[in-house]
Amino acid sequence: MTTIDTPHDIGHGGHHDEGSYLTPPPGGVFATIIHWATTVDHKKLGVMYLGAVLTMFLIGGLAALAVRTELWAPTRILADGTATGQLFHSAKSVAAGYQIYNRVFTLHGAVMVFLVIVPGVPATLGNFLIPIMVGAKDVAFPRLNLLSWYIYCTGAIFAILALLQGGVDTGWTFYTPYSSSHANNAYGAVVLMTTAAFILGFSSILTGLNFIVTVHKLRCPGMGWFDMPLFIWGMYATSIIQVLATPVIGITLLLLIFERVFHVGIFDPAMGGDPVLFQHFFWFYSHPVVYVMILPGMAIVSELIAVHSRKPIFGYRAIAFASLGIAAVAFLVWGHHMFASMGELAASIFSALTFLVAIPTAVKVFNWIATLYKGSIAWNTPMMYALAFLFLFSIGGLTGLPLATLATDMHLHDSYFVVAHFHYVMMGGTIIAFIGGLHHWWPKITGKMYNEWGGLLGCALVFIGFNVTFFTQFFLGTQGMPRRYASYVDEFQTLHQISTVGAFILASGMLVHVITFLTSLISGPKAPPNPWGGLTLEWYTESPPIEHNFHHEPIVKHGPYDYEDVYPPHCDPADFPLPEPLAAGARAH
Amino acid sequence: MTTIDSHHTPAKVRSSEPGWKRYLAASHFRNAEDEFDACKLGFWLFLATEVLLFAGLFCAYAMFRMLYPEAFAAGSHHLKVIYGGTNTVVLLLSSFTVAMSIRCAQTDNQKWLRINLVITIICALLFFFIKFYFEYIPKWTSGIRPGLLYTNPFAAHPQEPTWWSVYYGATGIHALHVLIGASLLSWCLYRSIRYKAYGPTHYTMLENAGLYWHLVDLIWIFLFPLLYLID
Repeated sequence: MTTIDTPHDIGHGGHHDEGSYLTPPPGGVFATIIHWATTVDHKKLGVMYLGAVLTMFLIGGLAALAVRTELWAPTRILADGTATGQLFHSAKSVAAGYQIYNRVFTLHGAVMVFLVIVPGVPATLGNFLIPIMVGAKDVAFPRLNLLSWYIYCTGAIFAILALLQGGVDTGWTFYTPYSSSHANNAYGAVVLMTTAAFILGFSSILTGLNFIVTVHKLRCPGMGWFDMPLFIWGMYATSIIQVLATPVIGITLLLLIFERVFHVGIFDPAMGGDPVLFQHFFWFYSHPVVYVMILPGMAIVSELIAVHSRKPIFGYRAIAFASLGIAAVAFLVWGHHMFASMGELAASIFSALTFLVAIPTAVKVFNWIATLYKGSIAWNTPMMYALAFLFLFSIGGLTGLPLATLATDMHLHDSYFVVAHFHYVMMGGTIIAFIGGLHHWWPKITGKMYNEWGGLLGCALVFIGFNVTFFTQFFLGTQGMPRRYASYVDEFQTLHQISTVGAFILASGMLVHVITFLTSLISGPKAPPNPWGGLTLEWYTESPPIEHNFHHEPIVKHGPYDYEDVYPPHCDPADFPLPEPLAAGARAH
Repeated sequence: MTTIDSHHTPAKVRSSEPGWKRYLAASHFRNAEDEFDACKLGFWLFLATEVLLFAGLFCAYAMFRMLYPEAFAAGSHHLKVIYGGTNTVVLLLSSFTVAMSIRCAQTDNQKWLRINLVITIICALLFFFIKFYFEYIPKWTSGIRPGLLYTNPFAAHPQEPTWWSVYYGATGIHALHVLIGASLLSWCLYRSIRYKAYGPTHYTMLENAGLYWHLVDLIWIFLFPLLYLID
């Protein structure tokens, strides 16, 4: 790849004196705020999303800690009628305390799913990196991008309003008829929370739509479909699911709001409606959305593993097509959330289709491991997170199989086994990959290096804490601990306490990361343009990137992972020597 | 240096030039043709989401019709085919005129572009008038309402309110789309009168508004037989 002047360069941006995108405009703090609030620059929007998503992650995380603290001890009712072991206790009754617990875990689930994991990677790293990685100046529809950020914030405000109204105790799934006809006394809260999820869906659709068009129409010269980094492939597959699945949750939540406000009787069995219809609708969106959560994680890990082991990725096309394969199968498996409420034939078919997901997923995992084989592996934070992802995601994926099996699912359904399984996938998969990616691209986004030891310490604490928290829950689940309960029988206490300790270790790891990042922002050394020796386009521009990403429209002349015959840009070739037999014929960048 | 458009040299604007000639593509596209293609691709994706939104309603329809066929037949008898049929014709006609207005933009026939748009908007309003004046309002006042709000004492089947929930839900969301489509087309009409905004080399907005209007028409084509023509 070279950055030569091209004849059609006119109008394609490129003042050589152009500053970094973080350079504040003249006119003081107020002007800067206005500038950021009205920007259509995908990089600034990515950073703004990052701020919003991390704030929500903090709220959801604190709720999780509260849930774990409540579960430290079971509720024991004493002879005089008072109860011990309740963190959320109410003067009214023990049951009222349980109600608060229900609201807190619903808050945790709804915030983490709708406000953190679903928009998390695409809206932050995706927004920042996709245009740069395809060599464009911006996403296809920059103003739509800004709009979707505001829609996200509106959704977040609705969710917070629901919280202030007393919270929702339906669980993040809003199952009818509980959500439509009963739920808690705060009448407006369910409608507000549902509206929030409905609004957030729009944000998700617009982001996905924008990315699909960007990838189709704005790739720079020389970048064919199979010259794209695998990060783009993963994001592309994610966007397809976002665009095709989200409208269905839109109509579902709209009908739920109608049900709640006008009592139209679509989902309420007392009026001839069908609550299972809600579950079908809900999971037709929410199961594909599980892959909206995990595909970006996989997209990040493909980059981390290739760059930090300096090996051409093994089976590029297999990984790319596996992303699309997962996206396709994603739409066919929703029924496995309702095995008990459908006929045997339908349940068997959904069970078989669910097993199908394991194939493209395993293809990816094996390809990553084959990439690591004989690579020169860098022992830094992004790589550690990529390895943590491989361990945790494999556990999460494999424990999905007993849940897809009809016979074992009857035993494990709605138990802590399920809780542990999806936390291994969502947290151990997506969030772990997200933090790894954040470290990997932190120098590019902020222009500052972070302290490697801080990153490694945080990673170790997160990894240990995560396993202590959730591995115990597999045991709890197989022994019969049902999910969503505020209290339990005494036999479970030891395992619950281990899990709670793990949650606090996990939180301390997150705290270490926060401190590392803040220190880096305040006093971190300036980042070079290409600290890791990457070959994808974002490493060709400055750190942080200039306002229009590149001085000239790039022309791609090598693949994204050609570590065997291209010296990385902006790097000393001595630091990144090519394999011996090939070094002679290598092209300079 | 703040916006993506900042690299355009501001063109010497002669206000006598029609808007479509003055239009410059946003600077992150290579040329206006790329921009047009991108906008159309984006809009088709958006239309796909609209179809999926209605797919949920059609699913609910199919399920409840399977559960309560008699209630659906009884409820459908309250609907007058003449109103539904007229509205179908009105929407088909408007779909034709909106297509003609896009054709007029391509041939730079500004006068007929506007006339066709005006006819389309009148058709939209006519649809709305028939829907509300002859259908919603008489039914609502006689107690034929969705779900628990249903107060008509002469229900032919205990599950008739469910049918009315589906009816009001589907046609109501469709009517909302008619309203949005009509607003988009009015905006196009305004820009056409004010700036001559659409012509052979630039008519992205009109094209997409037209596509949206075809979608509104298409959904009604399915709703009409499913709601009005069942026994």
